[in-house]
Amino acid sequence: MSEVTYRPVRGPRTPDNEEPALERARDFRPVDKGYTKEMAIAEANRCLNCKKPSCVEGCPVNINIPKFIEAIRAEEFGRGLDIIREDSMLPAICGRVCPQENQCEGKCVLGRGKNPQPIAIGQLERFLGDQPELASKPAMKPANGKKVAIIGSGPSGITCAGELARNGFDVTVFEAFFTGGGVLVYGIPEFRLPKAVVKREIDGLQELGVKFEFNSVMGRLADAEELLGEKGFDAIYVATGAGLPKFLNIPGENLPNVFFANEYLTRVNLMKANQFPEYDTPTKHGKNVVVFGGGNVAMDAVRTAKRLGAERAIIAYRRTEAEMPARKAELHHAKQEGVEVMPLVAPLEFLEGEGGNVCGVRVQRCELGEPDDSGRRRPVPIEGAVEVIPCDVAISAIGTSANPFAKLIGGMELNKWGYIVADEDGRTTNPRIWAGGDIVTGAATVILAMGAGKKAAASITAAFAEE
Amino acid sequence: MFKIIDKTQFSEKVFKFRIEAPEMAKHAHAGQFLMVRANECGERVPFTFADWNAEEGWIEFIFMVIGKTTTLLSSYEAGDCIQDVTGPLGCPTEMGEGKWAVIGGGVGLAIAFPVARQLVATGHEVHAIMGARTKDLLLLEEQFRSILPEDHIHITTDDGSYGEKGVVTAPEERLIAAGDVDHVFCVGPVPMMKFATLTAQKYDTPIIASLNPIMVDGTGMCGCCRVQVDGKTKFACVDGPDFDATKVDWNDLRARQAAYRTEEGQSLKAYEEANCACQK
Repeated sequence: MSEVTYRPVRGPRTPDNEEPALERARDFRPVDKGYTKEMAIAEANRCLNCKKPSCVEGCPVNINIPKFIEAIRAEEFGRGLDIIREDSMLPAICGRVCPQENQCEGKCVLGRGKNPQPIAIGQLERFLGDQPELASKPAMKPANGKKVAIIGSGPSGITCAGELARNGFDVTVFEAFFTGGGVLVYGIPEFRLPKAVVKREIDGLQELGVKFEFNSVMGRLADAEELLGEKGFDAIYVATGAGLPKFLNIPGENLPNVFFANEYLTRVNLMKANQFPEYDTPTKHGKNVVVFGGGNVAMDAVRTAKRLGAERAIIAYRRTEAEMPARKAELHHAKQEGVEVMPLVAPLEFLEGEGGNVCGVRVQRCELGEPDDSGRRRPVPIEGAVEVIPCDVAISAIGTSANPFAKLIGGMELNKWGYIVADEDGRTTNPRIWAGGDIVTGAATVILAMGAGKKAAASITAAFAEE
Repeated sequence: MFKIIDKTQFSEKVFKFRIEAPEMAKHAHAGQFLMVRANECGERVPFTFADWNAEEGWIEFIFMVIGKTTTLLSSYEAGDCIQDVTGPLGCPTEMGEGKWAVIGGGVGLAIAFPVARQLVATGHEVHAIMGARTKDLLLLEEQFRSILPEDHIHITTDDGSYGEKGVVTAPEERLIAAGDVDHVFCVGPVPMMKFATLTAQKYDTPIIASLNPIMVDGTGMCGCCRVQVDGKTKFACVDGPDFDATKVDWNDLRARQAAYRTEEGQSLKAYEEANCACQK
């Protein structure tokens, strides 16, 4: 079909291809099976192919969205993938985890009005991303003899590694864990992002010649000085993430069975505690689980609790659903799976039960008051409205901050909160060190971390082209 | 994979592995630890460095057979490989000027030894107070004797089968009272550390404890190892494992250490019944 004569098909958005909610909530199978070819083409046929595509503006890395959708219409999936890969190296991942409703889909013209039906850009991106074998083999520049050390194998690190390898650099990725992917493997559950998708990316990098050194906690093992000196690296890209949990700072936070979401998720995602005792790492299978927070991590934790057998799994959030930072799809999936949402509550104290474990949380009921600095209405305590939520597992998912490894790696300036000072291109105060992702911006999204890795790779490539 | 190049058995349940790990050996310091994952199905367990040699490229750790992982590890022999060893982790022990008493109880002696050795190497006068339930469980006596004079070694056993009958606080108090000690380092079971701390506090002698809570990642990411120190939450893996012992909330540490006792029992039972799909 010629695009000249293209007339968009009018109609509702193609529904997601989901597993039945109550069935899937009993195991860790992927919730969303993704579009079939027919579904993808039907959805692509709805795109208005706007002259001035606002979706592209909404994308943090400005992927040429109408163009890849056009390629889907033409059933040229390899070409579609090549278009995405000009700007994003991780479409199978970002298609699954980007908050599209605040980005591309949020800007889609079809998303306006009383009955918003934006193009399912995330689903289409994922549809292409899941067929990596169709992409053209990226051109490899000849080896330039320069060695780059990448610290961290999360989305930022692996993107930078791939770009640099293609540009002829000799790349080594240092990863603290025994497997690659960072937050993509320890943080995001299998039911939302299958580990096989992440492994495919890591395997792809190894095929490009990228070396991985696992079990390597940089800053404790070698630091920047040693990497750039004795170890002979010409440049470093620091992408350690910012995974130190923030505290609620309320009494009882250290009681057994009170978790930070990172621990709760790591036990299952990375250490496979759901398969205990076949796998050695145990976890707690709470019957009444309450999770504090309103972001994606809170959703991941509460849905994991459900899958570990919780009869009652609650998201307790100090504002309301409208203010929750989580992806809409995650909240929607959580509710489908029977998760209870308890808005306008703030935790006051975790209560100790018999045997010393947590048995409940005393919470303050709130109402929405005036907007705060973030523009969201501030929760205000309702005097006297204090109650106890009984629970046998409690999880706090209220965010993370910088971990101490950037400081231990050294050689570059940090700000007072421990984040690395870096410019748009990832350049730090040290001309041999670049940095990007959460350890520069604070906790953000996979796509922004990926974008930072790409920019830094371009900057590193340019810096060495001049030499 | 990390190759075991030597295995030493100290007693029925206590073993030492020497592991080939050249990079780790170059960067290890006294008081730091490593994380072991025995095999693909394994959990991550922290062990303190017992010794290391940068020239020869090895590190050592000592373990006592208690649960599933340590039972499995004890079946490994020289030449076998451990799936993952990560380290060094944690902050090295800070060694202030003056005379030191290094107290180790049980397997804690394996942690106390490298600290004592490092103190000696940096010119400190060191007394070792070595505690065990019974003679057979007393670790590393020979090693301690090789770095310290006879009158600087003080041995106690709970049952009196060797050394002085009683607990570590008796020699600790004598040494402090006599002015022979300016700093104390202690590591071992919680009750031992707690009472060693009370004793030091009585004389206003500074005391450091090396804490050993359950860990998962060991890099400050999960918070499983959090401890209460001076009313604040600290992560033993990145803020410690050493802390001012007078500020530690021992009850909190004990409760968190015991949080998985039931599951640990289940895991060991499943292993012993050979139900585990992935032994070794």
